[in-house]
Amino acid sequence: MKKLINSPDDVVADALAGIAAAHPGLSVDAKERVITRAAQTRVGKVALVSGGGSGHEPLHGGFVGPGMLDAACPGEVFTSPVPGQMLAAARVVEAGAGVVFVVKNYTGDVLNFRMAAELAEDEGLAVETVLVDDDVAVQDSTWTAGRRGTGATLFVEKIAGAAAERGASLTEVAALGRRVNAASRSFAVALTSCTTPAAGRPGFDLPEDEIEVGVGIHGEPGRSREKIRPAREIVASAMAAILADRPMEPGDEVIVLVNGLGGTPLLELYIVFGEVASLLAARGVRIARSLVGDYVTSLDMAGVSISLCRADAELLALWDAPVNTPALRWGV
Amino acid sequence: MAEGPVLLDATLARSWMLAMASAVDREREQLTALDSAIGDGDHGANLQRGFRAVAESAPDRATAGAVLTGSGMTLISTVGGASGPLYGSAFRAMGKALGDAPADAEQLGAALAAGLAAVQGLGGAQPGDKTMVDAWTPAVGAFGAAAAEGLASAARAAAEAAEQGAGDTVPLRARKGRASYLGERSVGHQDPGATSTALLFRALAEVVAG
Repeated sequence: MKKLINSPDDVVADALAGIAAAHPGLSVDAKERVITRAAQTRVGKVALVSGGGSGHEPLHGGFVGPGMLDAACPGEVFTSPVPGQMLAAARVVEAGAGVVFVVKNYTGDVLNFRMAAELAEDEGLAVETVLVDDDVAVQDSTWTAGRRGTGATLFVEKIAGAAAERGASLTEVAALGRRVNAASRSFAVALTSCTTPAAGRPGFDLPEDEIEVGVGIHGEPGRSREKIRPAREIVASAMAAILADRPMEPGDEVIVLVNGLGGTPLLELYIVFGEVASLLAARGVRIARSLVGDYVTSLDMAGVSISLCRADAELLALWDAPVNTPALRWGV
Repeated sequence: MAEGPVLLDATLARSWMLAMASAVDREREQLTALDSAIGDGDHGANLQRGFRAVAESAPDRATAGAVLTGSGMTLISTVGGASGPLYGSAFRAMGKALGDAPADAEQLGAALAAGLAAVQGLGGAQPGDKTMVDAWTPAVGAFGAAAAEGLASAARAAAEAAEQGAGDTVPLRARKGRASYLGERSVGHQDPGATSTALLFRALAEVVAG
């Protein structure tokens, strides 16, 4: 598999150098592997720190900036960061009001962030953790590590980030993040596998006429393999899974994210969005806000995830609040 | 008369860490292949990064307990993923249990049990969940049962039990970690974490062999 890299061992370091060079609004500590805003956290503002394996760009580093995250900790490709990174990030961005860790629900992320929270608390920092677990493809939590955190991470980071910017307390920001997560559901379908630089070949083999249904964002195989069908039918089954888990009533308002997994043309993402819009219209559900593009990716995987967040006026106002990050920017 | 060394001291503990680092270097591709089937294919690369760092730092420690505790800290700060905290906590717990004095087989057996307890305390996995616990549990049991026969015998029994336990994960359905997302599709594959745990016990058996 061809890759635009220098060496498999250097992909994260080299990409961080590029992020630092491209975005003067960010500050990149290459040694600690922490991305922060170039400006210091305003005194009294709750700091938001997230992180996870690399390979999901722009998540999380692309969401650092006013109105969203204060810091992001990139791990190796598809590998959670280590506790020292989150501790270093928390020390830099904490400004007297505490730190919220936004953690996607994967065993590695959960364990490393838990260790980081304990270390930070030992140093006297107040830490709250918001766990994101929106993926309805993982159904039975007694048989699994629980639902995965996927597209709703963007919803949580944007809305909790806006609340922190407005001066909400540590408890309030964390509670809001949990509320957004509880209101959100996602489902993903892959047309191809993806190739990590270290492995150099696709994580699984997918025949030309088959798709993986219910994939996560790490190239891990999904729950079932099916024949490729028209986009309308694929979207219908994904939406059925989402709406079976989180029923929507006529009159409900939702934020919709149709997210590319890294290797899907925007043209196809818009086809998917059109199908999502038709299905929601038929149920009387109103799309209040929408986002289409590559936000939570899985390297070069072709495929799409659909995320819905049922939003009330408070969540929509926070969604609309100004944000100025490399990957999400409006109202500024 | 027991064969091999009677006590695990700092020198042997360092040899164990170096042997594990070599084993991970050697088996990296196999761990990657196993993890690609039911995970995301990075177990080999992550452990290699961690144990290479362990191999570089191991010579600095003065006691067996310090070698293991220090190795645990190195793993936590270099591996990431779930295996970093899990192996890291296990090594720290083993190091603390060993303390400053060289350990006989009974003492090492207790330290290994403390390592397993740390893995289960942090990850919450039970035997049968298709995780590294499925290799740790029989290995710790076999080591304890054979401890009276000396280090070499106990470690050999533990290595065999760990390898058996890793092999026995093939028909299991994963209930923890990333493989659990696959549901029934995790059946038929050997767990990569149990496999690397078997490497750890085999490495111990090699360095204390008579």
